[in-house]
Amino acid sequence: MFRNVSELIKKAKEENIPVSEVMIRQEMKAKELSRDRVMAQMEENLTVMEEAVEEGLKGVQSHSGLTGGDAVLIQKYMKEKQPLSGGLLLDAVSKAVATNEVNAAMGRICATPTAGSAGCVPGTLFAVKDRLNASREDMLRYLFTSGAYGFVVANNASISGAAGGCQAEVGSAAGMASAAIVEMAGGTPEQTAEAMAITLKNMLGLICDPVAGLVEVPCVKRNAMGASQAIVSADMALAGVTSRIPCDEVIDAMFKVGQRMPSAFRETAEGGLAATPTGKALEKKIYGS
Amino acid sequence: MKYRSVFDIIGPVMIGPSSSHTAGAARIGRAARDLFGRTPEEIDIHFYGSFKSTFKGHGTDVAIVGGVLGYETFDDRIKTSLETAEKEGIKVLIHEEQAEPEHPNTARLRLKSGTEELELTGISIGGGKIEITELNGFPLHLTGEHPAVVLLHDDRYGAIASATAILAKEKINIGRMEVSRKAEGAKALMIIEVDQNLTDSVMEELQEADHISRAARISE
Repeated sequence: MFRNVSELIKKAKEENIPVSEVMIRQEMKAKELSRDRVMAQMEENLTVMEEAVEEGLKGVQSHSGLTGGDAVLIQKYMKEKQPLSGGLLLDAVSKAVATNEVNAAMGRICATPTAGSAGCVPGTLFAVKDRLNASREDMLRYLFTSGAYGFVVANNASISGAAGGCQAEVGSAAGMASAAIVEMAGGTPEQTAEAMAITLKNMLGLICDPVAGLVEVPCVKRNAMGASQAIVSADMALAGVTSRIPCDEVIDAMFKVGQRMPSAFRETAEGGLAATPTGKALEKKIYGS
Repeated sequence: MKYRSVFDIIGPVMIGPSSSHTAGAARIGRAARDLFGRTPEEIDIHFYGSFKSTFKGHGTDVAIVGGVLGYETFDDRIKTSLETAEKEGIKVLIHEEQAEPEHPNTARLRLKSGTEELELTGISIGGGKIEITELNGFPLHLTGEHPAVVLLHDDRYGAIASATAILAKEKINIGRMEVSRKAEGAKALMIIEVDQNLTDSVMEELQEADHISRAARISE
């Protein structure tokens, strides 16, 4: 079992296999399952992700009324105007938003790695797959690569906003997505680690401050930005840019930042945007007290 | 390592909005139900830390009650669990605790039916994963990674052998085992993690085994 990113990359290099394959083989071994069973289970998760994006792009509304409909707005804008940030980037953004809007509306989603950060991985996947001519198998591999990096973060740091702030959730999710993009685009295992490191470095310190304690504001838009960062970091890593701080040390730094983060910034709805006058007013309006 | 499977990371499939506060909460409720063995008449829920501050927004209460009703994380019926509980005459009480817990997402549940009671403390550690940290006053570590059986038994010689003999006879492999007790000669608790889900007949055998007063299973 790989315990950290350097062991993951070492395994991939020694056996001359992609990161996704290391994850698939480990899963088969850990759970004593056949390859078919492991792939079939991931296929089920992929289908849930697809359905959530579809539903979100039709337009949903949360019970609180705080979020919903932004995915539709972005898609409409893309059709009518020339997006400044680029079609692919904005497509990923809209699909990440779609997923999180469905989540906020108590719809069915697949946590990647959590529900609050469920938009980054599928958002980017469904945006880049056509550009990269991805097969269904490639799409499953995308999820295994994402999973491999999430696995390392979860075991060495945290993927819980309550424990480590939003850096642990959207930060991890965005990093996972960037690594998966790199592999799908034909990058090396080392480049997947560089993308992960570059993304996570830029998420360090991100607090978890949901307005009224709901996984809506700012979670939906943070997933949008997580998806966009993932794509930009992937491009940088594919260009040959490397992180001066190794990936494992970035993950460790994220963990330590999370440990020292005051509880007001760890999913308690007591600080940050949740504590702004408007945040408080919205909370009052929703709970009526 | 806390996480062993890629599907802890890419998954679970669940009803939103929060893996730790909704899906994890549903799993804590479900674990309590499995240990209690049936739907209780009364559910007491104590929330600590982040669970206390944000349970309304995340539907943590709705999810725990859904779990106690036997629902899985992806079951649409979670949304209406409070209404279902009310219709079925199940009393639900929520307590917001001020004490600072060791883990921010902590819930203590008490299920009651007549004179039978079960008290369980669960924590939601992220991504929908949970740990059960206390059962009827006994500290324990039940990760939900494997099927497990929890036995309340007399604290005397032969109790452990009587349980393991049944498992051996059924060719069920034990992955991990933990035994704890409150005071010598009184009640003790045995937790056995196994490689496969236990059938009804094995459970019945365990219930009736010497020195064992209660057996409950947690299926994978």
